[in-house]
Amino acid sequence: MFNYTFHWNQALRSLPQMLDGALVTLQIAILSMAIGLAIAIALTLFRLSGNRILSGFATTWVEVARNTPALFQIYMAHFGLGNFGIHLSPYTALLVGIAFNNAGYLAENFRGALKAIPDTQTRAGRSLGMTSLQAFRWIIMPQMLRIAFLPATNQMVWAILMTSLGVTVGMNTDLAGVTQELNARSFRTFEFFALAAVIYYVIAKAVTLAARAFAWRMFRY
Amino acid sequence: MIEIENVHKSFGELKVLKGIDLTVSKGEVLTVIGGSGSGKSTLLTCINGLEPIDSGRIVVDGTDVHARGTDLNKLRRKIGIVFQQWNAFPHLTVLENVMLAPRKVLGLSKAEAEETAVKQLTHVGLAEKLSVYPSRMSGGQQQRMAIARALAMSPEYMLFDEVTSALDPMLVGEVLDTLRMLASEGMTMICVTHEMKFAREVSDRVAFFHQGIMAEIAAPEQLFDAPQHPETKKFLAATH
Repeated sequence: MFNYTFHWNQALRSLPQMLDGALVTLQIAILSMAIGLAIAIALTLFRLSGNRILSGFATTWVEVARNTPALFQIYMAHFGLGNFGIHLSPYTALLVGIAFNNAGYLAENFRGALKAIPDTQTRAGRSLGMTSLQAFRWIIMPQMLRIAFLPATNQMVWAILMTSLGVTVGMNTDLAGVTQELNARSFRTFEFFALAAVIYYVIAKAVTLAARAFAWRMFRY
Repeated sequence: MIEIENVHKSFGELKVLKGIDLTVSKGEVLTVIGGSGSGKSTLLTCINGLEPIDSGRIVVDGTDVHARGTDLNKLRRKIGIVFQQWNAFPHLTVLENVMLAPRKVLGLSKAEAEETAVKQLTHVGLAEKLSVYPSRMSGGQQQRMAIARALAMSPEYMLFDEVTSALDPMLVGEVLDTLRMLASEGMTMICVTHEMKFAREVSDRVAFFHQGIMAEIAAPEQLFDAPQHPETKKFLAATH
């Protein structure tokens, strides 16, 4: 019933090209995580600030990031901002879109983590003469990052997979982009995408295992 | 000197402090006893400005704690407080717990902060536990660490809020011994406690709180042996 001959050799010959693409994928994922993390910490502080404008801004960010498709977020960064004369390259737009998404999810993660830290921790810090920012930086944040660490690794995996949405804004150097171009030239869709899927899987799995090893090493208390 | 003048404090409808007047001199050890909800713990958190007051005044060495413009962070450096729940910072070792505030608040170098921390931890008998995480210690040890953490800021006053109440009875002694040692060294202390024997032994004066009012304050022999206020009599009869 399947009248199809597999041509794995063709796909495997393109493996070096695809691995180069995988590096770009990993690079975008890591950068978007780093940027997302920094923004998420800022959003968390905004939400804790008690200032209605700041906390409203943070809540809006989190709501939009978590309740609209990641594809739209990336599209908006490329074509949407383009309408206002802000032209981001596919690479930058993809990075901005994913960082936006990461920040929203991570900030929500942090909110949950904060609930697990008793208020008395801040109180203990304040009673030692710390400002509220110092108490957050030195007492609350380290505990928050620890609690949120493993859930955040899910977001890292999600960021890796989200990079594949870059093809929709013309990204052609990451793993999905490279695969798509190879596919367009050869029409060996199954072979190329299956191979790409294996590479995505290996990267995602490696990141998860590395994160666990890191957590085991870092969080000894 | 800590001067407390006609302090009122409510939590919503609940009046917790109803006009407290009290002066604590340098070097004095005052213990505060009384039933739950009598306002004694609230008073401590008002003294270092963790809780605002509704009216009245609390003045520490001439600084009005609750006045606008008072730098509470600066004021708190000289008023150490230790709570019933010791609030160890779980992500830091014992040494790091004690070093944190001297480094970040007082701006001491790592070496200076470590020297101070080791000194204070040795003082409370935890010299062997420097690199241990708090979760590996007993409640009594964690509470002594919390005391060392407050002492590392070189406070002039120490407030103790029922520091033995959450402890296993076996561990109460070691913490009280630490407080006794501080008292004998001349530290100005206000101790809210349920340990009557301890109160009698270390205090210069004992205050009895009842329903937000300081019903009686006197030297320990007088308050324990010849209480004047009917509520004091009732309380002491019930706790002896």
